[in-house]
Amino acid sequence: MSLRNAAYIAGAFEHPTRLAPDKTTPQLHAECAAGALADAGLSIEDVDGYFCATDAPGFGPISMVDYLGLRVRHTDSTEMGGCTYIQHVAHAAEAIAAGKCKVALITLAGRPRSENVMRFRPGAPEQAFEQWIGLTNHTSYGMCAVRHMHEFGTTSEQLAWIKVAASHHAQHNEHAMLPKVVSVEDVLESPMIADPLHRLDCCVTTDGGGALVVVAPEIAKTLNRPLIALRGAGEATKGPSGGLGLDLTVSAAARSGPAAFAEAGVTPADIKYASIYDSFTITVLIQLEDLGFCAKGEGGKFVADGNLISGTGKLPFNTDGGGLCNNHPMFRGGITKVIEAVRQLRGEAHPAVQVPNCDLAVATGIGGSLGARHGAATVILERQS
Amino acid sequence: MSDRKLPAPQPNAETETFWDAASNGVLKIKRCGDCNQAHYYPRAICPHCGSAKTEWIDTAGSGEIYSVSVMRRGEGAPFAVAYVTLDEGPAMLTNIVADDFDSLAIGQRVEVVFTPTEDGAPPVPMFTPRGG
Repeated sequence: MSLRNAAYIAGAFEHPTRLAPDKTTPQLHAECAAGALADAGLSIEDVDGYFCATDAPGFGPISMVDYLGLRVRHTDSTEMGGCTYIQHVAHAAEAIAAGKCKVALITLAGRPRSENVMRFRPGAPEQAFEQWIGLTNHTSYGMCAVRHMHEFGTTSEQLAWIKVAASHHAQHNEHAMLPKVVSVEDVLESPMIADPLHRLDCCVTTDGGGALVVVAPEIAKTLNRPLIALRGAGEATKGPSGGLGLDLTVSAAARSGPAAFAEAGVTPADIKYASIYDSFTITVLIQLEDLGFCAKGEGGKFVADGNLISGTGKLPFNTDGGGLCNNHPMFRGGITKVIEAVRQLRGEAHPAVQVPNCDLAVATGIGGSLGARHGAATVILERQS
Repeated sequence: MSDRKLPAPQPNAETETFWDAASNGVLKIKRCGDCNQAHYYPRAICPHCGSAKTEWIDTAGSGEIYSVSVMRRGEGAPFAVAYVTLDEGPAMLTNIVADDFDSLAIGQRVEVVFTPTEDGAPPVPMFTPRGG
């Protein structure tokens, strides 16, 4: 079974808030759900499938389906960190293709700026061997960057160009957390957080969320929205695997990406717009290589000199400003990657960053800890007439 | 190193041999009796081939830095997080204890230094530059 054209993204909504001290997390989920359903021209009664991950409070779908007032016949609480919601799009398409649901709702929300959010997952098998290390994402991704620099001569200036490109896009986003255009020098002069990553190499932390509505083809064709088809999908996980053959310069996207391109029957050269998970600048660079936009080790040259800036560069990326400048709700940038890809494919991105004739896009992400254990999910999306 | 508070490791049925050895200053890893490959962190079942014939071996406690990142901000900073590739093969996620974090580099030789956690709890295996 191929997922090509098995399902369509009919609704997409990014919550405009970046700081929500006076709302609850379930409320944000509900507001995102309402936004995405309104965008699709559907209502809560139409939803028969619900997808959430561990950002959803309580007992996963059991709590949230009841809270939201859904009546569903299919639920999925697949968890793969920040890229989960990219994976949920594919899993929703699988469920739709199998006849398990026709209108799947995916929600993400959280308030890491307004409340203490527990991020450690107790009971992990590696816990006793790693809990004392103080491994945060900064050092985890920092080690990947250090190793990439060592093997391929990648520079901090090249990494900084990724942030610079994101900031050029964020200036047009009225909701962006960091709408100011920055220079390579601004990035390099920002405080060092974890070698070699500066503060401006790191994404923002935001309250907020988003939602998607994935529907069966026969539903999509009744809605008054552009047809955004899932054309291919891939997922993978990667870890130290007992410590043999460690390679921090390659991510699980080296498997999720090619799988998605193979299913879609297209190549990176066909892609008009790319949403690339950007928890850190290095996250983007490694995924670009792993998806095949350039050879392994060539990412530094690929991203330099504004090559990711819409209108001037060869590969417009994260035209909402991405996690680096716009939004990274609940430490999770997966859903916003899909949402901006949908905007681009519909022609609904900001005019200053809209890619002309954007009919094929990729959204790809990393979840978990790139330098330790992580997952990757990739979807290829196509606008059809 | 730093005033970072180190959570005590909680030994369990799969790992208590490791922590007993750590208390005696020995870094143990596991090797598979079927595929003959070593692994870290230690498991009952070999992650390389699925065999249950895993056995404990003593390491020399030495290796080299595969990658290292120094945390510069926040509680307990600065401290260095690294992968160290043991001479026996497996790489392990750990900390590097050093006076000069700026001198740490990929390929540098390091040796294990067991660092105390809480009273009565096993120490944890960090590394320090050889001769440093």
